[in-house]
Amino acid sequence: MSGIKASSLNLRNKFGDWWEGANAAQRTIFRIVVIGIFFALPMINNPIIDTPETSFTSVLFYPLIMFSLMAVGLNVVVGKSGILDLGYVAFFAIGAYTHAVMSIHTPLNFWEILPFAMAFAMLAGVILGLPALRLRGDYLAIITLGFGEIVRIVAVNTEAIGGAAGITDIPGPSSVFGIEFTVMDPRTYYWLTLTLLLLVIWGVLRLSHRKPGRAWEAIREDEDVAEFMGVATLKYKLWAFIIGGAVGGLAGAIYASQIRSIQPEMFTLNLSIMILACVVFGGMGNIWGVILGAVILGYIPEKLRFLSDYRIIFFGLLMVVMMNIRPNGLLPRQKREKFQEKSK
Amino acid sequence: MDFSILITNFWSLGLDGIVVGAIYALISLGYTLVYGVLRLINFAHSEIFMIGTMAAYFVILQFGFTGYEDPLPLLEFMGIFLLLATVSALVSGGSAVLLEIVAYRRLRIMGASRLSSLISAIGASFVLVEVFRVMTGSKNLDFPRLINKDPFFTWGTLYLSADKVLVIVGAAIIFFVLNRIINHTKLGLGIRAVSQDERTAILMGVNVNRIISYTFLLGGVLAGVGSAFYMVFYETTKSNVGFLVGISAFTAAVLGGIGNVKGALYGSFALGLVQQYTSAVLGYNWRDVVTFVILVLVLLIKPTGLFGEALQKARV
Repeated sequence: MSGIKASSLNLRNKFGDWWEGANAAQRTIFRIVVIGIFFALPMINNPIIDTPETSFTSVLFYPLIMFSLMAVGLNVVVGKSGILDLGYVAFFAIGAYTHAVMSIHTPLNFWEILPFAMAFAMLAGVILGLPALRLRGDYLAIITLGFGEIVRIVAVNTEAIGGAAGITDIPGPSSVFGIEFTVMDPRTYYWLTLTLLLLVIWGVLRLSHRKPGRAWEAIREDEDVAEFMGVATLKYKLWAFIIGGAVGGLAGAIYASQIRSIQPEMFTLNLSIMILACVVFGGMGNIWGVILGAVILGYIPEKLRFLSDYRIIFFGLLMVVMMNIRPNGLLPRQKREKFQEKSK
Repeated sequence: MDFSILITNFWSLGLDGIVVGAIYALISLGYTLVYGVLRLINFAHSEIFMIGTMAAYFVILQFGFTGYEDPLPLLEFMGIFLLLATVSALVSGGSAVLLEIVAYRRLRIMGASRLSSLISAIGASFVLVEVFRVMTGSKNLDFPRLINKDPFFTWGTLYLSADKVLVIVGAAIIFFVLNRIINHTKLGLGIRAVSQDERTAILMGVNVNRIISYTFLLGGVLAGVGSAFYMVFYETTKSNVGFLVGISAFTAAVLGGIGNVKGALYGSFALGLVQQYTSAVLGYNWRDVVTFVILVLVLLIKPTGLFGEALQKARV
């Protein structure tokens, strides 16, 4: 066990050292190569990474890239600001329903609806956040959990948006730059989501290195001290909530446009839990760790399909064992340790 | 909105609310006790309850009931029920102790963040649900009717039937015993000490590991007994039954103020009543929405729950 820990830490430190020493050109090349590999993933036809029973390209879209996008959004809330949100699926559902309803009842197309989906999710974030963020810890957790359930149950009981049967025949995105989005080909959706994910990552990294990021970190470490030192805690917590919500809404809209029919039962607490698991499993607060967590937790159940009925049992065991071996996740954030080392 | 059902059935709905509340209370006590000593939401507690219902079901299978027999005479029923409750309590209690060792202990000793424990518990919860889903083929498992449920006493719209009396009286006895355990035994003293201040408790010579194990055992036993009541009252179970009941029980614990034993009791009865009355007025479908809206409102006005300690500015 300690062997695993040591070797993976070494690898990470080596990479960290190399990254510190690399010049701008080397870093750019590294980035382009990594991004290129991810864009090329659907083209790869390798039996080792292929998934049995489900096509690898559709697994790439859902769950892999969808989980990654949502996990990056939730990471702003849980990982960066330390707000335990158990109802993240609500934002995903709001985005999905916004796209479904607006694409059917208004002449707008997918691209024009995307801002609306994000805006409605942000609005929901404000409505929930303004009262709820005054609470802390488990009380906040249970309120967000309740919010997630309320959104789902309201969707089940509102006939105007299809009730329990949901909405079918949702139009997909219109073609852009000559790329057609068809039901049969999840690859285009994967590329679309990957592009948006990169934009989101870029935005979140910018924020984390600037004032909001420092405020979030201060709130996470000790909210009372942060408040005392003049951080407007409620404001920054609300912003974390809104940004997380917007990313969730974005993911929901893309998901609805690909899956073409949505039912309230897709948006259960289990999905919230799953995304939270991605964040914690990968390493809270570290965007790369979170994506790694999403990729692993999304991929393993698909890869394990040969175990058919037993796959979730195995998956659950893995979660328990992994958390016991690495309680801070696979790639925990290291900023503080690094800082301490330097100051020595 | 239709208030006529509410008005005509006011008393019988109230009775059902108390029965449901008593079952919730038995489960929510497990949440609240564990929260008291560990400051953790035991996410897998709902599965401990589910295991209890499964144990009751498999025990009753051994008796070879087909579900079409005449109800049992009272004495025979009581015998079988005591056996059921004991087996469920032992199985649930044992599973809860095991759960603590597998999913929580190492993380706690390492001083890991509470979220890590949460994820570990969620993993354990997945495993338990799936094991039983695979074993039972995700079917509804119907429990035979053991006791005559026709009302034996009628007063206006209040119908008393044997199963409801059993749940209420049984739960009352258990609450009394629990009160004795927590307030008048050495174990209870240990649990209270660890809840108040773990470090000082260690310094005073309390074996914290043992107290935590016993707390899980106590919570598991209560959930196990609750599951036996649940089976007699609802007469069906399924591998995902824990989720539905667990959310309500957990809400009840928070409503009353999590970490507070009395709060869990009051919160459960309040929630049971509210759920029955709102289902009568708005329809069953809106029941959970109302539950959560009330929860949110209570927490906003009184963030520690109705009877909670000052945990609002709690450690995350």
